[in-house]
Amino acid sequence: MFPTEILLEALLNGLMTGAIYALIALGLTLVYGVLHIINFAHGALLTCAMFLVWGGFALVGLDPYVALLPVVPLMFALGYGVQRWVIGPASHGEDNNILLVTLGLSIILENALLAVFRSDTRTLQTDYAFDVVPVGPLLLSTPRLIGAAATLVVTGLLWLLLNRTDTGRAIRAVAHEKLGAQLVGIDVRHIYAVTFGIGTACLGVVACLLMPIFYVNPRSGGVFVLVAFTIVVLGGMGSVPGALLGGLLIGVVESYSALYFGDSLGQLGIFVIFILVLLFRPSGLFGARA
Amino acid sequence: MLEITGLRAGYGGTEVLRGIDMQVAAGEVVAVLGANGVGKTTLNKVISGVVPARAGEVRFDGRRIDRAPAASIVAAGLVHVPEGRKIFPQMSVRENLELGSYRRARTRRSSNIERVFTIFPRLRERTRQAAGTLSGGEQQMLAIGRGLMAEPRLLILDEPSLGLSPLLVEEMFILVRRLSAEGLTVMLVEQNVVQSLEIAHRAYIIENGAVALYGTAAELLAGPEVKRAYLGL
Repeated sequence: MFPTEILLEALLNGLMTGAIYALIALGLTLVYGVLHIINFAHGALLTCAMFLVWGGFALVGLDPYVALLPVVPLMFALGYGVQRWVIGPASHGEDNNILLVTLGLSIILENALLAVFRSDTRTLQTDYAFDVVPVGPLLLSTPRLIGAAATLVVTGLLWLLLNRTDTGRAIRAVAHEKLGAQLVGIDVRHIYAVTFGIGTACLGVVACLLMPIFYVNPRSGGVFVLVAFTIVVLGGMGSVPGALLGGLLIGVVESYSALYFGDSLGQLGIFVIFILVLLFRPSGLFGARA
Repeated sequence: MLEITGLRAGYGGTEVLRGIDMQVAAGEVVAVLGANGVGKTTLNKVISGVVPARAGEVRFDGRRIDRAPAASIVAAGLVHVPEGRKIFPQMSVRENLELGSYRRARTRRSSNIERVFTIFPRLRERTRQAAGTLSGGEQQMLAIGRGLMAEPRLLILDEPSLGLSPLLVEEMFILVRRLSAEGLTVMLVEQNVVQSLEIAHRAYIIENGAVALYGTAAELLAGPEVKRAYLGL
């Protein structure tokens, strides 16, 4: 058995990593819930955002947290444009096509990044990367703590957007009743693109939070998105609270399985849970029954 | 106000509308009647820009709208309350009404919500309830209320009496008459021939994607064709 402090620290570390996972899953589940598509390009778009943050730091010394200001709107614009002028027109309204278009997009993006940046792994050196905050007997990583706090703020903002603004109401309306939405004058293609843009803007936030503590190479987004897919299924496809709680849960599971089975097997626990959910509760913890 | 000439539309290889001509003048209640599957709902969808026209013209206030996006048609004041209501089931009654003014009359949202609640007091009692949990009659009220939120200049009602109890059907027709008396122009698309003709000024009878018969409601009610084909007399 491990002493209580270590167990507690593993719990908090898991929650902090889970918060980042949750934010990635949030974008994925929002796009699924509204556009009813599984966005295979989510990982590649996260990698793009991470390279943006890295590039800003390497070229002009832009601090990754300050980079939130340009990166988030840029990623929103990228997501909006990709959905409005690439995925939308290329898929002709067929869900199968959309699946293939997003898959193709991810292949193109990853290989473009590979061509430009090679497969080297890059990091950026900040002087606060290894800072810790003492909490009682525990030491918590400052960048991870910032990441978790930022995730909660972003989730809160997203909730306000979806429930308190006309654009948010339009997003929810389109998700469940497309014809009704068109007939009140909602421009469905615009709302689809806005939703996709919000999903990629979340990735922009994630990239800024991750870069102080993580590395980037042309495949690093995929590592996270695989876990995010698990969270989306666990939480219930399309469920925003499901993504948040699922993310935290998966973070904790990963942290404890790393503690008990060793770092390299940390993700084992995640996929055991994934399979159990698929077997016993295929609609997810918060999902509507099909 | 609404002029349709030679309108053709369909899905894939099937032509549903085979050259429709009709007009709705300001202040009128115009009934569009016909059996299931003659193209009434397709006609509404083409007018509101959801299904593209293949030929012909639709003009609203003289401006062509047959190539216009659905959102701009709503913005112009042509509002369509669809068959099957198409309310937002997981959203509250209030949110449904709020979205009714998404494109038009947004600044008068709260006063218009009050107005809808005055017309449909039942909705006021259910403000925070999810729309999908309302009864069929209440959902129809909500759909019409959502349409009224945009301050329509022409309101298209597609089968508002469908699936309602006879008592509620009666209420629905009284409501249409009342809205018309307040100055609203209404295009009422119905299978319920007698009750529609009783409140309409004029009517078109659609058969097989084209206008088979039209005239004032009184003429049609008295004429032999309607009696034979629709009233079973």
